[in-house]
Amino acid sequence: MRKNLDVISAYAIMFGLIIVVGFLQSWSIALSILCFCLISAVMTMGANIQWGYAGLINFGIMGYTALGGLAAVLVSVPPVKEAWQVGGFNMILCALLIALMVFSVRFIIKKYNKSKKRNYGIALVIIMGLILLRLISGPAIESIEAVNPATTGFLGGMGFPILFSWIVGAFFAGALAYVIGKIALGLRADYLAIATLLISEIVIAVVKHEDWLSRGVKNVIGLKRPVPYEIDLQTKEWFINLVAKFNQGTLNLITDALAKEQMLKQLVIEGSTVFVKLCFVGLFSIVVIILLIITQKALYSPWGRMMRAIRDNEEAANAMGKNVVKQHLLIFVLGSAIVGIAGAMMVTYDGLFTPGSYRPMRYTFLIWVMVIVGGSGNNFGAVLGGFAVWFLWIEAAPIALFLINFFTSGLAETNALKVHLIESIPYFRYLMMGIGLLLIMRYRPKGILPEKIKHV
Amino acid sequence: MDFINAIVLLLNYIFVPALSYGSQLALGAIFVSLIYGILRFAYFTAGDLMSFGTMFTILFTWYFQSLGISLGIFPTALIAIPFGIVVTIFYVLIKDKLVFSYYRFKKSPPVMLAMVSIGTMFVTQAIVRIIIGPFDRRFFDGEKFILKANEFKEMTGLNEGLTIKSTQVITLFVTIVVVSILFWFLNKTKTGKSMRAYSDNEDLALLSGIDPKKVVMITWIIAAILATIGGTLYGLDKSFKPFTYFNNMLPIFAAAIVGGIGNPFGAFLGGYVIAFSEILVTYAYRKFFIYLLPESIEPDSLLQLLSTDYKFAVSFSILVVVLLFRPSGIFKGKVL
Repeated sequence: MRKNLDVISAYAIMFGLIIVVGFLQSWSIALSILCFCLISAVMTMGANIQWGYAGLINFGIMGYTALGGLAAVLVSVPPVKEAWQVGGFNMILCALLIALMVFSVRFIIKKYNKSKKRNYGIALVIIMGLILLRLISGPAIESIEAVNPATTGFLGGMGFPILFSWIVGAFFAGALAYVIGKIALGLRADYLAIATLLISEIVIAVVKHEDWLSRGVKNVIGLKRPVPYEIDLQTKEWFINLVAKFNQGTLNLITDALAKEQMLKQLVIEGSTVFVKLCFVGLFSIVVIILLIITQKALYSPWGRMMRAIRDNEEAANAMGKNVVKQHLLIFVLGSAIVGIAGAMMVTYDGLFTPGSYRPMRYTFLIWVMVIVGGSGNNFGAVLGGFAVWFLWIEAAPIALFLINFFTSGLAETNALKVHLIESIPYFRYLMMGIGLLLIMRYRPKGILPEKIKHV
Repeated sequence: MDFINAIVLLLNYIFVPALSYGSQLALGAIFVSLIYGILRFAYFTAGDLMSFGTMFTILFTWYFQSLGISLGIFPTALIAIPFGIVVTIFYVLIKDKLVFSYYRFKKSPPVMLAMVSIGTMFVTQAIVRIIIGPFDRRFFDGEKFILKANEFKEMTGLNEGLTIKSTQVITLFVTIVVVSILFWFLNKTKTGKSMRAYSDNEDLALLSGIDPKKVVMITWIIAAILATIGGTLYGLDKSFKPFTYFNNMLPIFAAAIVGGIGNPFGAFLGGYVIAFSEILVTYAYRKFFIYLLPESIEPDSLLQLLSTDYKFAVSFSILVVVLLFRPSGIFKGKVL
């Protein structure tokens, strides 16, 4: 108990802050902050596995998040039959062609020794393949996108419950990470950072502009939720009774029957949003707890010790017969898969997929701030970082407003400086993030909850 | 005649725009490369430093415009650039003193410094947005075109017009001047040589009495100058928007790596490699071939290799290929 005091107190403060928001602003806001805190926590756990356990920098978090989101679309949206009829065959042919290309390139690499001729051969296969792909897919894409473009215009998905997408998203992100890892993991740390950052931009470009797959910037809306809808809840007998029971005190104070009914209606509407969000919190918490248990177990297993050894001294670990390249690839895939889960969770919560909203600032750098602030190498630290930074990111605006009003209290309401500052409140969050990151890196470089290694 | 038309078409839509865009990237890539060579970390604030410098140039431009000062046919921003540079130099030097020098002194690993530069990226972005706002701003004044399409058509009697914007000429001219001064400085002066020595082998340079503080300071000053000039040229040519500048960081990094990071000359060429490939791959060649081929085999598709949506993706794919086959860049990195 004693040695975990810092963890417990840090978490107590964090939940205390969220409860304060609940009392001061509203419970709905507090719960949606909590939901996004949980999602961020999953993302930071993914990044923390790569950075904290193995020392790999992955600036491609945005790409995996988007792939997770894409998985949610592909799993939950019902298939668009017409689109499949007009273009499905060609698209399947294209998928086979890509597989054929990959295998023939692999075959060439395995069969022939490294030489100029081999490189030309590979280039030839790829170029021929791309031309064929263009020829086959071009007309198919056009006809798919022409199918009812206002609402569909894409192939749709499988029509399964959206919860499956959390697993599928992990597989998507893991597969991408496998490819990227094969290409880029041999690079030096900062090269890897830049390469992954740029590759994630390529992923976003594909998701944004391949309309037949994801509807692109036209967005997919109205994804099915795994939890009940507010409107349905408001008509359910048991829910109204539940709300009435909870608010007995307030309701009993009102004597007028009509006013009482009005009040109850109001409470039911408020209660339904809170209830839906509570359901989400429950689902997300399950994911976070499962992941925490697994990652904690992994950290203190022989495998975790090996990863730390590789991180701290690659050459020594190599000399001890550990396959550093393979382990790096493994951890790269695992971490990215976790980020993919978070991407799918986020789209599930929002109920919509907006490829245009994926920006590196929000999905890559902010997550990195969370990892560094929370404490790299410590899973509880990473989760706490996700909570604290997301909380600050959302609550930065009210805090900034308060501070500006405080410091400019001597100025008139119409003072140009004051008006300008109040207009630019949304950007103070960047300032807070930056200064927070710089301060933590300077005075507590290991994060709020530093890595603790148990020595037996 | 058709042949000349086809050439003019390519000049107008590929060569001229790519040349000016490439120059703007090249200026950014050079300073990223210099910082990587001398301070030894990936400087993620690059795009935002450019927007910082440009912002102050814009503020000074507005001030001069309000005073009624102008350069006639040239944009007023040209006189504002030196003032913008001075402010930016102060900013980077203060930032170095407050933030980076501590980690340099502690000999932190490059990754740590890259993370710190992400912190300064957030701060710089906030400052720019708080001062000037996140909106699109145009600050170009003076004569817009040197050569208009119609004039060119009348002059030569061709079907295709050639447009040359004055900003494109200014960009090219300023880039040539700045880059030649920079390479003269690096190769011929004593300070420049000491910088190259420091980048090549830090310990040896210290042994031979080179003052690291001076080298670092000059690197930051060069970075501030190049960032402000490059950013202002980009803003004059297109428009100023903080978010676009942040995004420009990506092709700039691609250019620096393609050219061999740590090698300013490579970075300079890398800028053009990226710009030309972006535009060459996403251009629709239909009209070009209509001019060249006989009517019977005229193409009816757009003949576009990739849609313009993938502009960024092209340069990044080039980067991936370069990293795979020549990790030290086309022009061999780390020689300065």
